[in-house]
Amino acid sequence: MPHRISILVSVVLALAAMGTARTAVAAEPPSFRLAIVNHRFQPATLTIPANTKVKLVVENRDATPEEFESNDFDREKIILPNSRAVIFVGPLPPGRYRFFGEFNPATAQGVLRVE
Amino acid sequence: MLAIALLVFREVLEAALIVSIVAAATRGVPRRGAALLGGIGLGVLGALLVALGAGRIAALFSGVGQEVFNAGVLLAAVLMIAWHVIWMASHGRALAMQMQDVGKSVRTGASPLTVLIAVVALAVLREGSEVVLFLYGMLAGGAGHLSAGLALGLTAGVTIGLLLYFGLLRIPLRHFFGATNALLILLAAGLTADAVAFLVQADLLSALGEPLWDSSALLSEHSLPGQALHVLVGYSARPAPVQLLAWLATALLLGIGMRIASKAAHRTHSASPQRAMTG
Repeated sequence: MPHRISILVSVVLALAAMGTARTAVAAEPPSFRLAIVNHRFQPATLTIPANTKVKLVVENRDATPEEFESNDFDREKIILPNSRAVIFVGPLPPGRYRFFGEFNPATAQGVLRVE
Repeated sequence: MLAIALLVFREVLEAALIVSIVAAATRGVPRRGAALLGGIGLGVLGALLVALGAGRIAALFSGVGQEVFNAGVLLAAVLMIAWHVIWMASHGRALAMQMQDVGKSVRTGASPLTVLIAVVALAVLREGSEVVLFLYGMLAGGAGHLSAGLALGLTAGVTIGLLLYFGLLRIPLRHFFGATNALLILLAAGLTADAVAFLVQADLLSALGEPLWDSSALLSEHSLPGQALHVLVGYSARPAPVQLLAWLATALLLGIGMRIASKAAHRTHSASPQRAMTG
């Protein structure tokens, strides 16, 4: 039993560290813009720095809602017609990461180049 | 039409898998069918309201309202599941010993039913609101065969949910609740990891570094098995450290909670005959 409680305590401490880790990284992350026009991403390929958290601003200029989604970097957010959404991405190691518009996957396909 | 069916299928599948596990875990509870339907009905109603209020939700918390809302729905489901498994641990022994009188058996139904309604409603609400917004977009965009796509996707998703449910029912009774409890713990751990991912996306929580591994070549979350495992046990091809931490913490806390509740229940049940003998 004491052994289990020590595991419990370490988990709680780790969770507390999680909270302080956030306040330690106070600098504003670099911002990148992406637009959705006629169910396509503009630009279709976006380059962001590696090992860095970035702020992605996605603007849906279509008259229909879209869901920005990526399995490669695990994000999903519904963006209503003619509105903007902020999505924080990363830190990610270098590589190519696909994203797509789940509501119009036939055309809404994009790649995030991390380097 | 196939594109519509596919999206509806993916969303319905996620809700259907969760509903199947909860339905199996509440096996034998009286009035379970009505609770199940009630939960689905509430979920559909909630999905429509969430879709209608999507603009307002999105604007909350300086633009990250959607993430906060999703994380909140997921964590509410986790709390309900936690309550259920711990409740089961403290009452399961009594049930097994067949010590329940009429009053107790009424209470027996109380926790599982509430949990059933709440978890089913939350799962349907979350996935359903996406379907509603998608269909609205398709309708506005002038796409055809909406109802056929909806019907096909719904049928396929529900079918897989039913297959899981009837598959679970085949587990021998003496292992049954052990198995469904384990599934509920894995489900809760996965939902917590999902909730944490939303908070990271909103920058309310640090990812605590780069993803721990990349198993996407082995099993992509976009594939059907990958998606099913994502829902059932929280599988992620590229988990952020904070997600794994949340997964482990949930599984551990629920495991410990069950142990403690089951031991406490054992003590109270074994204490009374002893008192009778000595007194």
